[in-house]
Amino acid sequence: MSYLARRLLTFPLVMLGASILVFVAIRLVPGDAITAMLGTEAGLLTPAQRAALAAYFGIDKPILVQYWSWLLGVFQGDLGISVIHGKPALTIILERFPLTLQLALMSMCVALLVGLPAGVFAATRNEKMSDLAVRVFAMIGQSTPNFVVGLLIIYALSAGFGILPTMGEFTPLFTDPLRNLGQMILPSITLGFAFAASVTRISRSAMLDVLSDDYVRTARSKGVPKRSVIWRHALPNALIPVVTLSGVEFGYLLGGAVLVEQIYALPGLGRLVLEAILQRDYALVQGCVLFIAFNFMVVNLLVDLAYVTLDPRIRLGESN
Amino acid sequence: MSMLRAIFGHSSGRIGGTIVVIYVIVALLGMFGITPQNPLQQFRIDRLHAPNAVYWMGTDLFGRDVASRLMNGIGQSFLVAFCSVALATFAGTVLGLTAAWFGKAWDGIVMRIMDVLLAFPAILLALLIIAVVGPGTWTSVAAIAIVYTPIFTRVVRGPALSIKAREFVDAARTFGSSRRYILTRHLLLNLVAPLTVQVTLALAWSLLTEAGLSFLGLGTQPPASSLGLMLADSRNLMENAPWLLIFPAVAIMISILGFNLLGDALRDILDPKTRRSAP
Repeated sequence: MSYLARRLLTFPLVMLGASILVFVAIRLVPGDAITAMLGTEAGLLTPAQRAALAAYFGIDKPILVQYWSWLLGVFQGDLGISVIHGKPALTIILERFPLTLQLALMSMCVALLVGLPAGVFAATRNEKMSDLAVRVFAMIGQSTPNFVVGLLIIYALSAGFGILPTMGEFTPLFTDPLRNLGQMILPSITLGFAFAASVTRISRSAMLDVLSDDYVRTARSKGVPKRSVIWRHALPNALIPVVTLSGVEFGYLLGGAVLVEQIYALPGLGRLVLEAILQRDYALVQGCVLFIAFNFMVVNLLVDLAYVTLDPRIRLGESN
Repeated sequence: MSMLRAIFGHSSGRIGGTIVVIYVIVALLGMFGITPQNPLQQFRIDRLHAPNAVYWMGTDLFGRDVASRLMNGIGQSFLVAFCSVALATFAGTVLGLTAAWFGKAWDGIVMRIMDVLLAFPAILLALLIIAVVGPGTWTSVAAIAIVYTPIFTRVVRGPALSIKAREFVDAARTFGSSRRYILTRHLLLNLVAPLTVQVTLALAWSLLTEAGLSFLGLGTQPPASSLGLMLADSRNLMENAPWLLIFPAVAIMISILGFNLLGDALRDILDPKTRRSAP
């Protein structure tokens, strides 16, 4: 079976596994949905009231029946009701998702705009001082957690210029694009910082490999200008690992923006998960985790498909 | 010894190795309480004192010595990182080796479970586990270990499959070597190189994850100190007391940098193929 067919076939199975993991994990939490909703007041319920609530939440049925009805609900877009917000979990998730998506996209732009030219620059000056400088910066960038970058940016701005990033009411992109971009630029730089370092390292490494290939040597010996050799002949082939890395990192950005959203007080999906955990809103935790895992898996699947499409020599299924 | 010589003969290895050795010493001192002051003692008259001869890195809002708390925090962060990576390495190695050796249904079950765990971004899976069990140091250890087990399983299973098909393994079978002997002496010993690199890099990731979880208030709990927790505490005071931010921030960066440099050096030393284009 080809790699692609196998990958497409295993996708729903892994997704099913992820749904079981999320469902079981939430059921392992001490106490049930009634305790989660009423807290200590759950102890005041009469047995009849408790039974009625158990029937309402569906927790009076066997665990397999509960999973099946939950799964059917998920397929119909019902991820449960958030106890804290009093709204369907999916509605809240979809309200918060555009911000996280925008943050991930902008971070990716920052990373590619900085990392790609830096990597190409370093590769063309291999083992020189400027190459060493780029490598050192990239290594430091990769070793700096994004929340540390965020805190240092906020400190530098407040100590150096006496300004603080806007952390009040968030403005959606389509309401006021300029104000929105003003609010999102620092979080994007923060989140894209380590990603830019990874892009720099991988694009430098890939460019070094490609620059030593025969076809590049041929182009050079034919007298093709250096700029053209680098940007037109070498770079397109060096982009394959960069595309793969970007795709995988994008998936992580969608799920891992929680720390940056927390620092800049952005009402995104990551912060929603954190709030839900801290407030013990398990339906929302369950919905958010499943939603993010689904997106993460879809992005990874698309990356794998792009990987095979970009480089027809790759036939992973045959070698594995 | 020859490995140590190779590490300290490599430019990244020299820097990374030195950083890691210094950090391990500081972590041990911090863990055993050999610090300039008691990390929990509050010197109330000296609250938010800037660094000076008595308090090398200043004091925090409660008058606690930042240097002592930092040493203690490094000890705490390293404890979590080392324990979680040790657990993940053990679990990943056992699962990867047995999946490669037994194959068929067992391989299918193990690898599909690993696929499911890999379907979650690392921090999200850790958050889910903490949501279930509740925050704390040992929950962080378990969460980080579970998050990184699939990576070790994959790192072990791939090479183990190819080693399993080699002639010397067949020869060992023919000579009547036990399954345990072949798994530990032939397969595992040949996997030491990729495992060493992975362990070093995983230590950097787990330090990062631990700091992140503690920063969110879901890892180490006060009054114990951890680097992430110290950074979280510095948020509202950074303008007036920047030392509360700068020292833990630099400490986290350099510790992760040390493990990354050491991991890169080990990869170069143990896999000469990567040497030419090592970034």
